[in-house]
Parts: sequence; structure tokens; C-alpha cells
Amino acid sequence: MATAFTATNFVQTLSAVNTRSHDKPLFDPLKTTSSFLGSTRKLRLTNSAKLNQPNLHRRSAVVAVSDVVKEKKLKSTSNLLITKEEGLVIYEDMILGRAFEDMCAQMYYRGKMFGFVHLYNGQEAVSTGFIKLLKKEDCVVSTYRDHVHALSKGVPARQVMSELFGKTTGCCRGQGGSMHMFSKEHNLLGGFAFIGEGIPIATGAAFTSKYRREVLKEADCDHVTLAFFGDGTCNNGQFFECLNMAALWKLPIVFVVENNLWAIGMSHLRATSDPQIYKKGPAFGMPGIHVDGMDVLKVREVAKEAIERARRGEGPTLVECETYRFRGHSLADPDELRDPAEKARYAARDPITALKKYMIESKLASETELKAIEKKIEEVVEEAVEFGDESPVPARNQLLENVFADPKGFGIGPDGRYRCEDPKFTEGTAHV
Amino acid sequence: MAAIFQGLGAAAALSPSNCFDSNKLHLHSRRSLSGRKASFFVVRSDGSVNFASNSRGHKAQQLITNAVATKAENSAASTKAGHELLLFEALREGLEEEMDRDPHVCVMGEDVGHYGGSYKVTRGLATKYGDLRVLDTPIAENSFTGMGIGAAMTGLRPIVEGMNMGFLLLAFNQISNNCGMLHYTSGGQFTIPIVIRGPGGVGRQLGAEHSQRLESYFQSIPGIQMVACSTPYNAKGLMKAAIRSENPVILFEHVLLYNLKERIPDEEYICNLEEAEMVRPGEHVTILTYSRMRYHVMQAAKTLVNKGYDPEVIDIRSLKPFDLYTIGNSIKKTHRVLIVEECMRTGGIVCLSSQDVPTPYAGTLEEWTVVQPAQIVTAVEQLCQ
Repeated sequence: MATAFTATNFVQTLSAVNTRSHDKPLFDPLKTTSSFLGSTRKLRLTNSAKLNQPNLHRRSAVVAVSDVVKEKKLKSTSNLLITKEEGLVIYEDMILGRAFEDMCAQMYYRGKMFGFVHLYNGQEAVSTGFIKLLKKEDCVVSTYRDHVHALSKGVPARQVMSELFGKTTGCCRGQGGSMHMFSKEHNLLGGFAFIGEGIPIATGAAFTSKYRREVLKEADCDHVTLAFFGDGTCNNGQFFECLNMAALWKLPIVFVVENNLWAIGMSHLRATSDPQIYKKGPAFGMPGIHVDGMDVLKVREVAKEAIERARRGEGPTLVECETYRFRGHSLADPDELRDPAEKARYAARDPITALKKYMIESKLASETELKAIEKKIEEVVEEAVEFGDESPVPARNQLLENVFADPKGFGIGPDGRYRCEDPKFTEGTAHV
Repeated sequence: MAAIFQGLGAAAALSPSNCFDSNKLHLHSRRSLSGRKASFFVVRSDGSVNFASNSRGHKAQQLITNAVATKAENSAASTKAGHELLLFEALREGLEEEMDRDPHVCVMGEDVGHYGGSYKVTRGLATKYGDLRVLDTPIAENSFTGMGIGAAMTGLRPIVEGMNMGFLLLAFNQISNNCGMLHYTSGGQFTIPIVIRGPGGVGRQLGAEHSQRLESYFQSIPGIQMVACSTPYNAKGLMKAAIRSENPVILFEHVLLYNLKERIPDEEYICNLEEAEMVRPGEHVTILTYSRMRYHVMQAAKTLVNKGYDPEVIDIRSLKPFDLYTIGNSIKKTHRVLIVEECMRTGGIVCLSSQDVPTPYAGTLEEWTVVQPAQIVTAVEQLCQ
């Protein structure tokens, strides 16, 4: 294929010209990537062996992580990828994500929550694989599909559920809703409901980390920001603009693409000229990695490298996680378009089942231990619903709060006083 | 700027019945205005009608500046030693003082660093503070504005410069969704202490795209404040106030005002972001204006004074929210109001405003697009008949 050949040549040329090559390639040795394993369509560009050129690694790593994991596995003294403790934490987080979302669906159909509710079922390996490696100070920027990112980052399930119920005890006092989860305490910088708009925010948070270290001389500030978004977003300008800026200034950020192959009803392969998103990393001077997003251990390996790389001040990484959502785009989506065979193929690769199997086979945990976790999470989610149910709805006086951080923004009234000083203002009845 | 009508209630008085044809200025008779005056005060919530002077009102008096078109002897600023500078230098001075005061204050935008800003507002700052604090960004408005917002959420106080205000249309999503709403949607957890500023307005034959007035576009975004500077004095004071505000603030500058010269105080001062500025007290008619139109109005005011009128000119300065105290008191006194602005007629304040056309390139057409002093004179004459 002529186009593929040209592209290869171009990358090679770049790598030869580029003097800013990375000291340490992220993953070595380099292998070509696997393609979209479960996709029912064929990629337009073949991923031929021509890409596997020895001088490519000078530029940046483009690699299939299954190979990396194999490499690591071989090098490792133990042939286990995780410790028992790590495994239990990961398992619990994934079970929490799944159980929470299943409960959301129930609550939605029972009329406890409204609006657009986007569930994360099937993609848990990405949230858990990445976020569980973070420190509390590290930031997460999510999308409209943000419940599980919030949970992985440590926001209590009851606060997320309560937010979905529109109650004052919600993590945003009922003012955000499903697509706008925030937690300052946990450095969850938000769920962003429009495509791509969270990426610049994440880039800004990463800029702050660099600023604190280099301008404010806070030497210990090594905070990393993770930006999560989907395959549909990767055709949006903000994605490219921020890849450029993050690489340009070597910002401590990881761009995590949750490629679930569908942007509502638009197949990724119908929307994208070159569907291999990870390849867009090297174009901007950062490593691009493709990983099986249905395998939490593989995601974790890649995430560990990418996060550490950012923490060391070596700049951003683009990680494409090939995953799949087990439900429609939102609970309002009848999900009639996707091929049942495609759904079945991914359902068979359920990341939670796979982890469970791995842990039991590797004797990291017994069936009983995992059952106990499932039981515990069931209770957590039940409790979250009870908490949300019992919590009060916002009072009227909340309406005008939080429009402005400094309420003087409401201005000066006809009586010459700031409107916010009007005693009736906080009752929500003041004329504004 | 349709919101003024909600804010002023019926006092704005530009009800649909007052719609005028394109060539005729709309005028209120004294009678209709005073009829509406009553409803203006009813609109308020607290019901206590108290216009007695208070400390804030007094402060407003002190803030009257030596605008180019006002009489020098009226200005408090000019009686002090002070120093003389141009408007863009005043902005720069305000910026520099705030950057000295607080290391979290930083600037980002196109050509703000090495080039010194398209209108030199950030000249020399990159040399003094380094490339990270005065960050030259790629041409990616939506993304670098969003980056500023993300930086603001995580503890910095960025000033984002739109090289031309019109370019910020490309950042509209970030300004609206994230700048304006995020404090609210996050339940008050995150604040966005950002300043978005840049040159706007109709310049000299810059063509349609570079001659835009964006205030009416931004007016309906909840959660942001908007101010327009018009003199070196208020440019510096508003810049400093905007940087210190916890709210996101859009600061409008005008391309034709950057070289205005004025003597400003040597000692530090800031302006109030929510306050209008009394430019010229008068009795017969209240003229509300802002930004460059202030000078057209003052030019007209000279003619009007010669013709025996005594107009009161208020630079509303705070475009969102409005200072209803100053405006209300003035209208209560004069019972007549004329609003002069450079923004579009439709969706703008509507009285004397620009024609609903993309700003033409040709000089004559461009001139006919924006309000001219003679039109203001005619309008006041008819209003005071």
C-alpha cells in the first residue's frame, strides 16, 4: 500500500532529522502494534512489518503492550504481574465501577435520576488500570462518562450517587449531575460534557505542575495529570492542539484514549482517516502506545511507565486503550446499531472476568476472597443509594450560590449596595 | 447587551414599542420616561428606596478620572504629581505590579512573550519574568484559553490575551462552558481566577473580522464579569482589580484607545470592577456609554454645552453586572437617557449603536457603521425637546 509506505518513510525521515530524540525509549525493544482485535471492520491502513524499522525507536515508541508485558514478565523474577494486595485493590475497584453503574441503570429506570447518564460498563480496566496508580495530588480530567473515574480517584460512592440523585450531599451539591462530577479534595478536575473540552483543562493542570516546580521552585511538585477521552474526541482540534502544547513544553500529562470504537453511532473506522490513534503521538514528538484496554494488567503496565515518565519530567505520553462499552452510549441510547457479533466478541473479554480468572489461576486470591469483595461492594452501593435517597434536595437559597466565587459579581443594586449583601439574596429571591 | 433591560427593568425603557426604524434615532419623551421611572424602582427586590449618599457613592466620586475629554481641573488624579503614560503602558504597569506582588500571576497568549504582545501590553515582561510566566502559545485559542482555565483551577492566576478579541470566538466554548459555568457545576469547589483580555472594537479599516465587538456575545454567559476600560487610569485600575478577583473577568480594551495619554497617580490604586464612572455630571440627560464611544460622547457633549444643554455622561465601565446605583440615580435626576455604544444594534443595548452589518473595510462605510458625535448631538436635542 502506497500510503502506508509513504507514512513510514515520513516517520523515518523525521526521526533522522529530529535531534530531540528521547533519551530512553518508553518501551524497548519495539514491536509493531496489534490492530483492533475485536473490530468487525478491517483497518484501512495495513500495519505491516515495514513499520518495524530499527531506527524508529530513536523517535519514540510505538508498541503493542502485550509484547511489553511479555518482556516484563520474562525479565521479572516472579512471573506474576501484581502482588496479592495490588490485585485485591484492583479487583475491588473494578467491581465497584461495575456494580455502581449497574445500580445507576436501575435507578434511572426507576426515575431516581434523570438526564443523560453514560455508563462505563466494559471499560473498567482503563479507569482502574490508570487511576489506581495515582497519588491523591495527581489530577484526573474526565468526560461525560465520569462516574467510575470519580470512584477510582477515591470520591465516595455515596457522594457520586447522591449527586446523580440531585441532592445537596452530592459531590457537587447537586449542581453538576452525571456529566459534571468534580472533587477538589480528590483532584478530580471534572467531568466535561462536551467533546474535547476537558483536554485543555488537563493541559492547564499539567502546566500548573510545571509552573510550581520551575517558577515557584516547589521542587517536590511532581504531580501528574491524566486526561481521559474517547476515540470520537481524537478527531477534534483540541486533542491535536493539546498534544502539541504538552509535547512542546514537556508537560506531566498522560493522554488516555478510551477507544471503544463508537462515538455514539459513528464507527471509529468511518470517522477517522488513520484509525490507529496511538500513531498520532509520535507525530507530535511523544510516545504513542496501543494497549488492550480489556486487560487491566496490561493497562496497568503501560500506565505505570507513562505516569512515571511524566513524573520524572520527561513529558507526555499518548496511550490508546482499545476497549468496548457493554451498554449503549447513554441510557437513552437503544443501542440498535452495533453488530451483536461485535458485542459478543467483547463481552467474552470482560475485563473483570479476566482478572478474576488470572487471580485465581495464579493463586493470588481465592474464590472466597473475591466473593467477599463482591459482597462488600454490593453493600457499599446499596448504602450509596440509601444515602442519596435520604439526603435533602437543595433548598431555594442554593440557587444563586456558586455562580460567582466572589459574589460581588452580582453587582451593585439600585440602593448602592452590593446585591449579594441584600439579606434576601441568600434566600434566592433577590432580584438579580 | 440585552441584559441591561432585565437589570434596569422598565427603566431601560427600550420596549418593543420603542423600536425605531434604521435611520431614525429613538427618543424618549420626558413624560414616558418618568412614567417608567416608577416601575424601575418597583423592580428591585428589597423595596427600600434609599438613594441617600453612602460611603460607596462617595468612593465613586473619587474615582472620577482625568479622561482625555474631560476637564483636567476636575480630576483628582491630575492634582497629584503622578506620571504620564499611554493606555497600553498603564495596562502593562498594572500587570507588572500584580506579577511582582503575586508569583502565581502569569500571562499566556499569542505573541505575548518575546514579541511583547500585538499592542505591546506585555512588552519586556518575558525578559523580566521568564518564558513560563509569560507564555507564548501556539495559535490555538480554544486550547490555550482552556489551559488557562485549567491552570486557574489548580492554583494559578493566568491572564489570557486574545491577540485580537475576535479571535476569542474560537475559544467561545471554553469561555462559556468552563470559564463561566465550572464554578457552579462543581458546587463551588473550583474557582477560576482568570482574566481574559485583548484589543477589540472597530479600529481603522481592519475589516469585518478584526473589528468585532464581542460584549453582546459574552453577555449572557453566567458566571463571568465583564469590564471595559477607557482611560489609562481605569485601564490600570481595572487590570489590577480583575487579576485580584476570584471571578473570571473579561477585560475589553479598544484598539483605538491604546495610545491615549493621561497622568496617573504614582501610588498604587485599583478600580472597582462593578462600578460605573461619572465622566461629566449634568442635569438634562443621562448618556450611558463605555469604551471608545466615551470620546465620541464627550466630543458631542462639547457641542451640546455650547448649545445650552447640560448632559450627564456616565462610562458604565462594568458591562456585567451593571452599576444600577449610579445609573439609576442619574436617570432619576435627568429623566432622560441615551445609550451610546459600539456594539451591534440588535442584541446590543439598542439606542445609538452600530449598524447590523459586518464592519466594512472602506473608511467611509466603516465610519457610518459606528455612532458618530453628530448623531449623539441630534439624539440629545430631540430627547430634550
